[in-house]
Amino acid sequence: MSRTTFFEVEILDSKTKEQLCFLDKVEPHSSIAEIKSLFHKSYPKWYPARQSLRLDPKGKALRDDDILQNLPVGTSASIYFKDLGPQLGWTMVFLVECLGPLLIYLLFYLRVPYIYSKKYTFTSSTHPVVSLACACHSFHYIKRLIETIFVHRFSHGTMPLRSIVRNCAYYWGFAAWLAYYINHPLYTPPSFGERQVNYALIVFVLCEAGNFSIHWTLNSLQCEGAGSKCRRYPRPSKNPFTWLFFFVSCPNYTYEVGAWVGLSIMTQCVPVALFTLVGFAQMTIWARGKHKTYIREFKDYPNLRMPILPLIL
Amino acid sequence: MSAPAMGTSKTAHDSSNKKKRGPGTLATAYLVIYNVVMTAGWLVIAVGLVRAYLARGSYHGLYYSIEKPLKFFQTGALLEILHCAVGIVPSSVVLTGFQVMSRVFLTWAVTHSVREVQSEDSVLLFVAAWTITEIIRYSFYTFSLLNHLPYLIKWARYTFFFVLYPMGVAGELLTIYAALPYVQKTGLYSITLPNKYNFSFDYHTFLILIMISYIPLFPQLYFHMMRQRKKVLGHVDEYSKVE
Repeated sequence: MSRTTFFEVEILDSKTKEQLCFLDKVEPHSSIAEIKSLFHKSYPKWYPARQSLRLDPKGKALRDDDILQNLPVGTSASIYFKDLGPQLGWTMVFLVECLGPLLIYLLFYLRVPYIYSKKYTFTSSTHPVVSLACACHSFHYIKRLIETIFVHRFSHGTMPLRSIVRNCAYYWGFAAWLAYYINHPLYTPPSFGERQVNYALIVFVLCEAGNFSIHWTLNSLQCEGAGSKCRRYPRPSKNPFTWLFFFVSCPNYTYEVGAWVGLSIMTQCVPVALFTLVGFAQMTIWARGKHKTYIREFKDYPNLRMPILPLIL
Repeated sequence: MSAPAMGTSKTAHDSSNKKKRGPGTLATAYLVIYNVVMTAGWLVIAVGLVRAYLARGSYHGLYYSIEKPLKFFQTGALLEILHCAVGIVPSSVVLTGFQVMSRVFLTWAVTHSVREVQSEDSVLLFVAAWTITEIIRYSFYTFSLLNHLPYLIKWARYTFFFVLYPMGVAGELLTIYAALPYVQKTGLYSITLPNKYNFSFDYHTFLILIMISYIPLFPQLYFHMMRQRKKVLGHVDEYSKVE
């Protein structure tokens, strides 16, 4: 007759080392995720996403899919707990980050009181490019919202509240700054007139379509698990927009930069150009990280590909 | 004089110590030359200030007598950002960049650009603070690189700041404050709407924001130096007891 050895798990606070919870009769093949939900039962305010469990108070956090009996602990395990603070799911994060700029821009477009001088309140600009810019900006963020809800699958579960506040300050602040100038009563339309606006609009539309195609392609990759372990890396398909995959690892970022370049030229507005520049710098950092990961995970990764700009960067 | 134990104490902060990968021989030679030149430069400024004071009999308007070497050597400090970026100095590029840029900003974008403040006494206040600080700092680096750091220099570096830091900050803030009315009157470095790039910038407001930024930044830097002092000079007592 075989007897299953049960584990005992005590959970200690990683700072004060006091025992917060004692679990006995824990199945040896329990995962950390299961232990987190058991801990959550005793402490309802610490939902699993907030918990960081480690074997050493200063060590690395254990993964949710680690199995108890595979860890270097005896049958009596001491695990240290750290509170990661309030967390927000990635979907919520993206929604909040996108709704802000969308609505803030509209406030400036409609010229609500106290932004510009009183005589301009609720007036509309005489320049057609201003309405066009509003439509494009709004389209960009509405598309993002729709993608967030229906298209994206997010890898890591959550993001800490502090990061969200910082990110929102950045996105919302920049949106307000560029909206202020575009919708200003003293706005000057582009130097090369309609031609400049039309060409820039074409660039913008193509890049938005490209960006969407890439997101769609990434979504249809077969990836499993929270760690975004995909069996294959993204490749070009019949859709011409995906042919950028021949040249770059992250064409979604390439197209995103392209769309903002289009918008900068369309509005001929320095703050938009600055936002494009900062965004480009940040996305380049992300693209290089992703590129390195691809190279590491797939031995047959194509040599021609650069992280974000074909043949250059 | 300098007990050998002091010279090899664990000051990871700022000394390009040979324990880590550290600069090679060529880089070390270059850095020694750089630091010696900077020490000499700031000594020139110090001497210039003293001579001008003795010649004039008052401490007003001394800026004009050291204007050129001040600009040259303070701007030359931009090289230190390069040193960090290349890796021959183990400091953070961002931190060094921030410190040097703030000095360069004050030298060129405030004092040089707004002539009317050049005769203010607040300019002497920060120039004097900078001069003494830099002479000590660059000789500290020079001696550290040569592995012969006199305790006096180390002590001075981590003690004089108690007075020099607030002195420098006071001088800088008073100078910026003095510049405000002239900047507003002339619209210096400012762009207004409408213009074809749809951008505006008000240098007057910008200077006020800079002044406000001193409030959170200065205490942080001050307490950082105090912590460094404890770390660097803290265990001196133990050594003297042991010996």
